[in-house]
Amino acid sequence: MTIRTSPAGRTVTGPAARSRTRHVGATWRFGGWALSRIWLIIGLGALWQILARAADNPYFPPPSKIFPIVHDLWFSGPAGHLFLTSKAGDDFTPSLTHIFAGWIIASAVGIVIGVALGRSRAASEFLNPLLEFGRAIPPPTLIPFFIIVFHITDSMFIAVIVFGVIWPVLLNTIDGARTVDSLQLDTAKVFGISGWQRLWRVILPAAAPKIFAGLRVSLSLALILMVISELVGATAGIGDHLVNAQRSFELPQMWAGIVLLGILGLLFNGVFVLVERRVLAWHRGALRNEG
Amino acid sequence: MLEIKNLTHVYGDGFQALDDVNLSVKAGELVSIVGPSGCGKSTLMRCIAGLQRPTSGEVLLDDARLDQVPGNLAVVFQDYSRSLFPWLTVRDNVGLPLRRHGKNRQERRRAAQEALESVGLPDAGQKYPWQLSGGMQQRVAIARALAYRPSLMLMDEPFGSVDAQTREDLEDLLLRVRGHDGMTILLVTHDIDESVYVGDRVVVLTRSPGHVRAELAVDLPSERDQVATRELPAFVHLRAEVGRLIRGDLSARSVSVEAGESPQG
Repeated sequence: MTIRTSPAGRTVTGPAARSRTRHVGATWRFGGWALSRIWLIIGLGALWQILARAADNPYFPPPSKIFPIVHDLWFSGPAGHLFLTSKAGDDFTPSLTHIFAGWIIASAVGIVIGVALGRSRAASEFLNPLLEFGRAIPPPTLIPFFIIVFHITDSMFIAVIVFGVIWPVLLNTIDGARTVDSLQLDTAKVFGISGWQRLWRVILPAAAPKIFAGLRVSLSLALILMVISELVGATAGIGDHLVNAQRSFELPQMWAGIVLLGILGLLFNGVFVLVERRVLAWHRGALRNEG
Repeated sequence: MLEIKNLTHVYGDGFQALDDVNLSVKAGELVSIVGPSGCGKSTLMRCIAGLQRPTSGEVLLDDARLDQVPGNLAVVFQDYSRSLFPWLTVRDNVGLPLRRHGKNRQERRRAAQEALESVGLPDAGQKYPWQLSGGMQQRVAIARALAYRPSLMLMDEPFGSVDAQTREDLEDLLLRVRGHDGMTILLVTHDIDESVYVGDRVVVLTRSPGHVRAELAVDLPSERDQVATRELPAFVHLRAEVGRLIRGDLSARSVSVEAGESPQG
């Protein structure tokens, strides 16, 4: 079942019938999508279980050992606490604070500077070498520097994440703001849409698809940098859990931490995609109806 | 109302689009500007809209020299899919420019709805432009221009991207709404029939650099009909004359027809 309708069909079909078709189509598509993903995950999980069992190696515990530990460590708490254990609170609170504070600050700064640079050709050309240089520095190399400046504080972790994840947002926003369709800008000009209105109603929406692409890359990068910075210097958080498990040679615990990070990454991405679909529904619709 | 004096435009790469264009339009008039592809029609439009500064000459709107985009001017572009904002609903597309007039949300909605009704789209307000057919999208663009209540409406090949039937419907729509507040309309087209059918006057431009070759008054009854008007001897005659002026221009300069003509005039 497909949503695509011919241009002629679109004009003839009544709105109610069309939205119903679209709704049914979407449900079907979502079901198919979920099934295809889940099928793969189940298959790989089973393969992992079989191989780990066969290998019987303490370094590679089977998922049947890892998942109960993930559950026991973090998700066996009382219902009143959303089933989170107190260890979950201790591990998640600092880590999630770092990742979201860092990501949100980087996003806000990146979008503001990006729009400003994107709308000024001179400024972006002038600053481009600097941006390329900044982006080329691997963010973890700045951890020692930030430790000296901020010591082991929340500011240190957040600074590492901000510096590391600002680039995709910044560069994508510059690109998006620079490539606003000239006819859209002419239209705004003719109809007296200027100043904040122009920024808010024309430039930002036009750049939004690219901005969102940047935000999404940044979010997954933020998770990586959160762990790296915590591996280096944390006294709490998920990275700290990994280091402790390593030091006490508790490999199943370590694997549990790795799996937990995978789950968090999936969760963040999933929520992000949901928000993006809502905010950019017009973009998907316009693309679909272009052909 | 609109006075164009000695308008000349040469682009940075040395291409001369317009050569000494002179034109005067009275209030309430509907003037068609017709010419072969590449005669600088779009450049002329952009100069009148204030989107482009001519190399020399001037545009006077209500006796005021035009330096910026004037507030009493609306434009209907050919490419409706790009000139309507896909992230706004139809109603917001029509209503957004009215913020300039200091209207509040409710007044904007009412004005947008009114304009949509006058172009025959009373139920499209909640939809997005890309959910509509091409002809309907161009109706929305016309509604946006009407809601703005301009004293001058510029139309840059507005019906160039829709099919023939829709084109006729939109031409009739234009004739219906032209009475709005004594609005003056300038319509650029490369379609000879269209220029005669909708216009009070047809201005023929020469091939680039664009120059006014002739101005013809359209002496047809003001009540026009797609079939009956087009078979009137006066219509046929006028159409032939405009065609001869354009073709004559082409053969006089012995230019071969280019293969890939640009869609912008």
